[in-house]
Amino acid sequence: MINAVGRDIPDYLLTGGKEVYKGNCYLDGKMICKACRKTVRHEKPQETKVVASLSEALRLCGAKSGMTFSFHHHLRNGDYVSNMVMKAAIDDLGLRDLTIAATSLGDAHDPIAEYIEKGQVIGIQTSGIRGRVGEVVSAGKLKTPAILRSHGGRPRAIEAGEVHIDIAFIAAPTSDCQGNCRGIGGKSNCGSMGYAMMDAEYADKVVVVTDCLVDFPNYPASVKAIDVDAVVVVDSIGDPKKIASEAAKISKNPRDLMMAEDVARIIACTPYFKDGFSFQTGVGGPSLAANLFLEKIMDERSIKMGWAIGGICGPMVEMLKKGKVGKVIDVQDFDLDSVNSINQTPGHYEMSASQYANPANKGAFVNNLDFVVLAALEIDTSFNVNVITGSDGVLRGAPGGHPDAAAGSKCCIIVTPLTRGRMATVCKHVVTVTTPGDCVDVLVTDYGIAVNPARTDLVKCLDDANIKHVSIESLQQKAYSLVGTPDELKWKDKVVAVMEARDGTILDVVRQIQPVSI
Amino acid sequence: MTIDKTAVAGTLESSDSMVTVEPSDAGIQLELTSSVMNQYGRQIKAVVLDTLKRLDVTNARVSVIDQGALDCTIKARVECAVFRSCSKSETNIPWGGMIK
Amino acid sequence: MIPRPRPERFRLRRTMMFMNAQKPGLIKDAYIYGCDSIMLDLEDAVAENQKDSARFSLYHAMKTIDYGDTEVIVRINGLDTPHWQEDIRVCVACGADGIRIAKCESADDVRTVDSAVLHAEREFGVEEGRTLLMAALESPKGILNAYEICMASDRMFGVAISGGDLRKSLQTKFQTDGIDLVASRGLVVLAARAAGIQCFDTVYTDLDNDEGFMAELKQNKAMGFDGKSLINPKQIRPVHEIFAPTEKEIKQAEKIIKAYKEQSAAGIGVFTVDGKMIDIAFIPGAQRTLELAKACGLYDGGLV
Repeated sequence: MINAVGRDIPDYLLTGGKEVYKGNCYLDGKMICKACRKTVRHEKPQETKVVASLSEALRLCGAKSGMTFSFHHHLRNGDYVSNMVMKAAIDDLGLRDLTIAATSLGDAHDPIAEYIEKGQVIGIQTSGIRGRVGEVVSAGKLKTPAILRSHGGRPRAIEAGEVHIDIAFIAAPTSDCQGNCRGIGGKSNCGSMGYAMMDAEYADKVVVVTDCLVDFPNYPASVKAIDVDAVVVVDSIGDPKKIASEAAKISKNPRDLMMAEDVARIIACTPYFKDGFSFQTGVGGPSLAANLFLEKIMDERSIKMGWAIGGICGPMVEMLKKGKVGKVIDVQDFDLDSVNSINQTPGHYEMSASQYANPANKGAFVNNLDFVVLAALEIDTSFNVNVITGSDGVLRGAPGGHPDAAAGSKCCIIVTPLTRGRMATVCKHVVTVTTPGDCVDVLVTDYGIAVNPARTDLVKCLDDANIKHVSIESLQQKAYSLVGTPDELKWKDKVVAVMEARDGTILDVVRQIQPVSI
Repeated sequence: MTIDKTAVAGTLESSDSMVTVEPSDAGIQLELTSSVMNQYGRQIKAVVLDTLKRLDVTNARVSVIDQGALDCTIKARVECAVFRSCSKSETNIPWGGMIK
Repeated sequence: MIPRPRPERFRLRRTMMFMNAQKPGLIKDAYIYGCDSIMLDLEDAVAENQKDSARFSLYHAMKTIDYGDTEVIVRINGLDTPHWQEDIRVCVACGADGIRIAKCESADDVRTVDSAVLHAEREFGVEEGRTLLMAALESPKGILNAYEICMASDRMFGVAISGGDLRKSLQTKFQTDGIDLVASRGLVVLAARAAGIQCFDTVYTDLDNDEGFMAELKQNKAMGFDGKSLINPKQIRPVHEIFAPTEKEIKQAEKIIKAYKEQSAAGIGVFTVDGKMIDIAFIPGAQRTLELAKACGLYDGGLV
């Protein structure tokens, strides 16, 4: 069946009430039920929940083959926990047919690729999928199609019972003996633990894994002891250098700065740019650099940012400390500056993934967002964005909060160079739709700006401000004239991954790539 | 043109192509790897073979390691390698003639 | 093939940015930064054993890439190397707008290049006289011979100072107040103006020192330079800003030209504007100001 972005979704995926993507806000106003949750009564007082090892924790929680385990990705590329847990489950306990429901997977999770190839892991549900895991899934080695969701779509799916987590493993920089977790105060700090919260509340069993046991009660807690079954203390939950990088620096690349300045000018010409406006930015070169230029215009017009959300890094914390933004609401910290600031700097607060971007609650933060500045691997002439598959068709990206922020914001700006090496960023049809074009408003490239024709109001704003813009088709033609028209990728029939829209409908599918031989 | 000896042009840097030509007596043999194989493999092969034809090269073992170079770069690397292989690359190049 | 517009001897050249002709990743779209001229380098940026390769790259880049309104100049190797003749052949054959003669020391150097360029234009069927020339003065002899160098050929559109080597020959070092090169700069401006062509100051290499860069730019403008050689796109905007006419200068120029048009129509050749005496001698300067302002996007009136 063809969906609202023109993608053909195989009918066999549309079972159990699954629909194809029908457009933004399709399910708005619907009354829904939440999944029934289970817990265990710990009426008898317990000195401690600490157990000797991950294997013991798995046994205690009744781990069996066929189960779904979940992990969060606050430790990013420095994560050791997911690999340690899977090793214990598969090598020590001999479990198989496991499904991993992670908030994101990256280069740190290459060992999982082996378990996939050996058939011990048969299902993957995640936002990000990169490295060897991306390669083996693209090569069709995973037994069931991987399910890809945004940061807002995942809590929705858990609440709706579409994902049932048997055991959630929560890596915690600090924990007490009862399982109260915090993202700071230890030796592998990650700051916000927003992605872990939904798992803690909905999983049947919860195991906290920490490398820093602290005195009870470890308050204020991001994950609470009332949800935790067991605590395991390990030598190290991750590599601190890869968890939180040194302060994210604003790019000095002239191309990035050129585009960033355009972004700031566009923001400033819209009616949403007034005192108290709200903002979200990515951490990529031009996205982050836009902060710099925006600050200048804010100063010129004596405007302050009311609040900012998202993954947070140093430059945003700087603005908070300078009093240029009222509050920063944080679902993930990228660098040491933001890790050290959360819950310490007045105005810097933690939020859960659900509060951030879940479309199935009574109003997540993205619904009130004025501006979001995002990147893209590809964007096509219908403004659909791809952030998950490379132009060679291999999975190596993550929708993250991209589709959520784009859908909720009043003005969504994508900033990207027109070409990357020999890859045309602006193309005729993206390889995979991760953010539908009806949520994307403006494209800024190093060769020009394009406005989604559906936003006649924004077209007028740019015209009134004398900001030149062109048709996105002309940008796509320019891109192809620079790098040559690419051949179409060839695919096999097998669906290796399903890209869900944030509301649970199916946005696109990724098939197994057919390698070309010349 | 005849390939007298092995010659290399280009680097392994991003957006470049490293082209090696070696003498042969069995026609043209091309080995191509590219970071953009799926999208441009066919086109790169065509550009390389076309360039060799334009230079009147009928016997050569050619290896191309491509990191997403544009056609103009690929042509330049193939031509340079071929001219280097017969020690003719420094002077009197037929600009606008064989080199188009 | 991308047909290039005919090179203009007199055009805006506030910014001339150096690019390594050998690096494919860099040259494919250098013009997006909006500099007036790009300098593709076959000389110092290219290793000795890669000169041949750089020529092939240059040829195809010029024939494939659309540089739009940006001028493309090629810096060829010095006349004391075995490379310059083939460099000239490829420059003319590929349609470069101009050639930068490195280490130019005398009018003879210019004439040698001019003759080779003419030969190449005939060989490749290029319109004779199309290819322009500029000289880079890098030695005391070159600076002292500036005027004869400027006058040595109709193809000459400008001279540039190449400070790095020059400072060494002068036995001095970079000075923040510019005193190290003040005599050289002065002579070059004098020579260029006497010959009626353009002059460009040397590159500023400390990319992290924004204040120092601005100070040098202000001095360059005050001394009368037309433009500056650059090594990084981030340097383009400051140069365009400093070399742009001020609002005051633009308004003054507008008044002068308007008044001149009115007065000369009434047969009057000398008049006052804001209490200053104005005659026809002021008009070229006023026109230049408005043309420069237009190019900088600061003026969109119809007077020029």
